[in-house]
Amino acid sequence: MSLCLLCEEETNRQMTWRQFFTLVELPLLCGKCLQPFERITGECCRLCSRPLAVLDASFSIDGVCHDCVRWEKESLYKGVLSGNVSLYMYNEAMKAFIARFKYRGDYLLAKAFAEEVRQAARKIPHDMVVPVPLSEERLRERGFNQAEALAREAGMKPVNVLERSHAEKQSKKSREERLRGAQVFRLKENSSVHRKTILLIDDIYTTGATVRYIAYVLKQAGAAGVTSLTLARGQGREREAVLEE
Amino acid sequence: MNSNPLSSVASFLSGRLLLEEELPFSLPDSSVDILQGITSRNHSFYCSRCGNDREERFAFFPCARCGTSCPYCRHCLMMGRISGCSRLIRWTGPEPPVEGDGTLQWSGRLSEGQLAASVAVKKAVQEKGECLIWAVCGAGKTEVLFQGVEEALLSGKRACIATPRTDVVLELAPRLQRVFPGIRVTALYGGSPDRHVYSPLVVSTTHQLFRFLEAFDVMIVDEVDAFPYSYDASLQFATQKARKPESSLIYLTATPNEAWQEECRSGKRPFVKIPARFHRQPLPVPVMTWCGRWRRAIEKGKLPPVVKEWTLQRLKDGKQALLFFPHIDLMEQALPLFQAFHPHVEAVHAEDLKRKEKVTLMREKKLALLLSTTILERGVTFPNIDVAVIGAEDDVFTESALVQIAGRAGRSAEFPDGEVRLFHFGRTRAMMKAVDHIRQMNKEGLEKGWLDR
Ligand SMILES: [Zn+2]
Ligand SMILES: [Zn+2]
Ligand SMILES: [Zn+2]
Ligand SMILES: [Zn+2]
Repeated sequence: MSLCLLCEEETNRQMTWRQFFTLVELPLLCGKCLQPFERITGECCRLCSRPLAVLDASFSIDGVCHDCVRWEKESLYKGVLSGNVSLYMYNEAMKAFIARFKYRGDYLLAKAFAEEVRQAARKIPHDMVVPVPLSEERLRERGFNQAEALAREAGMKPVNVLERSHAEKQSKKSREERLRGAQVFRLKENSSVHRKTILLIDDIYTTGATVRYIAYVLKQAGAAGVTSLTLARGQGREREAVLEE
Repeated sequence: MNSNPLSSVASFLSGRLLLEEELPFSLPDSSVDILQGITSRNHSFYCSRCGNDREERFAFFPCARCGTSCPYCRHCLMMGRISGCSRLIRWTGPEPPVEGDGTLQWSGRLSEGQLAASVAVKKAVQEKGECLIWAVCGAGKTEVLFQGVEEALLSGKRACIATPRTDVVLELAPRLQRVFPGIRVTALYGGSPDRHVYSPLVVSTTHQLFRFLEAFDVMIVDEVDAFPYSYDASLQFATQKARKPESSLIYLTATPNEAWQEECRSGKRPFVKIPARFHRQPLPVPVMTWCGRWRRAIEKGKLPPVVKEWTLQRLKDGKQALLFFPHIDLMEQALPLFQAFHPHVEAVHAEDLKRKEKVTLMREKKLALLLSTTILERGVTFPNIDVAVIGAEDDVFTESALVQIAGRAGRSAEFPDGEVRLFHFGRTRAMMKAVDHIRQMNKEGLEKGWLDR
């Protein structure tokens, strides 16, 4: 017997013979709850895995979306991020899921997509897993860091090498200030990422700002490469958004 | 709010049980008690806010605040997480005085049945007693509370009316505010703006009672039998927790469950019955009609002939009808079949975002037929309709659900008649009990002389 993590009804799925022999875990969400989630498939931006099918043809150049093209034009951030992989669209179902997980603090939900996170991480070369950090203040308020929870429940060993200063509204700031946005994140004292190939974990990729700021900091500190993996992919407009925690 | 800072703290905290994080000010140095959010008793966890002690409704997380693997309650999570290191705050100082004049301003008249119940409510308020008001759908139960609430307010007591549905809170609060203009009536539901207001008369969803502790002198529980109260033990816990140890407890329902009906019959439970509607006309008695394999028919894109005939007759007569279905999938398959008869047909269910709009359209007579799951079984009234249940043998149609559904017909004094038809593929005990229940009420109403025919 296994109960759905969302609706607490019986998941009611028979284990298939293949699952039985390969010991794949039974689904943690029931079919009804799982149905509205949209896995990202089809042709995506080579850099950020944004689905290209929903964009105008003019919005991508040579398989790279407009946003990524712009990031790559900025000298500070050019090439800092090797790529991003996102698993699900940030649709209504995912919005509700993340709200319950992150804001209501239902830690158990970190297990819901853990198997998929684990499989995706296996395909990305890395020798260190780093979660996007929360500020001290936010962490106290929430009790746990959702990015770290996703990594941990997927069987990874996340290392908290970064710290974050609190709350900046990116939208209000000038371009120059935004370009220095990386100052929000710092390498902790006594931490080293020298020559490490890093897998950066977060819950949502919205504008790509967070992961690029962090990638910049990690590269400055001597990391060999940074790739990010997020559970959800939102549709951010450029980088004019709040840097969400 | 009061200008004296200490008394505003008192009015914010008094009678409540809140998470420290919910306070908009720092924790007062005195006059407060701190309860641990989750405690363990007899090897199991216990949530101090919602009373949950079921193992599978707790989970653990590596807590950044206390540094342990901290348990948290998933049962009341949506009201703000309670974990092992959470602190719940209760006020131990004096209660703030009730402000305003609780005199009733109402010139309406009670029916004889309402009057008897009103006297019983008032007595329960005075004596801190318990009472069940068993009133048929359409008896006018809100008016039955007026005298008792006035009695409470005038003697400086705090009263609460708890109901399972937000819709009902939103309808009831302004009605009470109109008849008690001298005091502030607050409405509490998820996300309501009145959350932090102290008032002597609170209309609340049963859920919001989790945030109260020993607050009320008079607790009135509406629709005791309704979802979710009847199946959620923790909501009963909340009701008990929110009332003072010495307080009045008044239950309202049209359809007490079997255990309660038995307790009434054997004299173990004090109750007053209002078997007649305020308009002095009998309740429409449901008619049972066999309709064959309706499920298979609908799946094949056809309606059972008797259902079709019944519907066409209503359309021909221009009488609106409400049709209940046991399941949303079948209802949605049936919708186009009804729409083929008439362009103005809609269907509603619990998660329907346009529910309110559709109900309004029906009320404005802009719909000929409205199909519904059991979501409209209670609370909603339309003045002049016929009612049908398709598949009345389904388990979702309990005795109480069927009595409530039948109670939708003949509500107004102008149109006291309405037909109630139960289309079925095999009679159930629940169907027969519902019909008996309604007949019995009509019989008692007639015996008491509270019916004109
Ligand atoms: Zn589910
Ligand atoms: Zn891209
Ligand atoms: Zn709880
Ligand atoms: Zn803790």
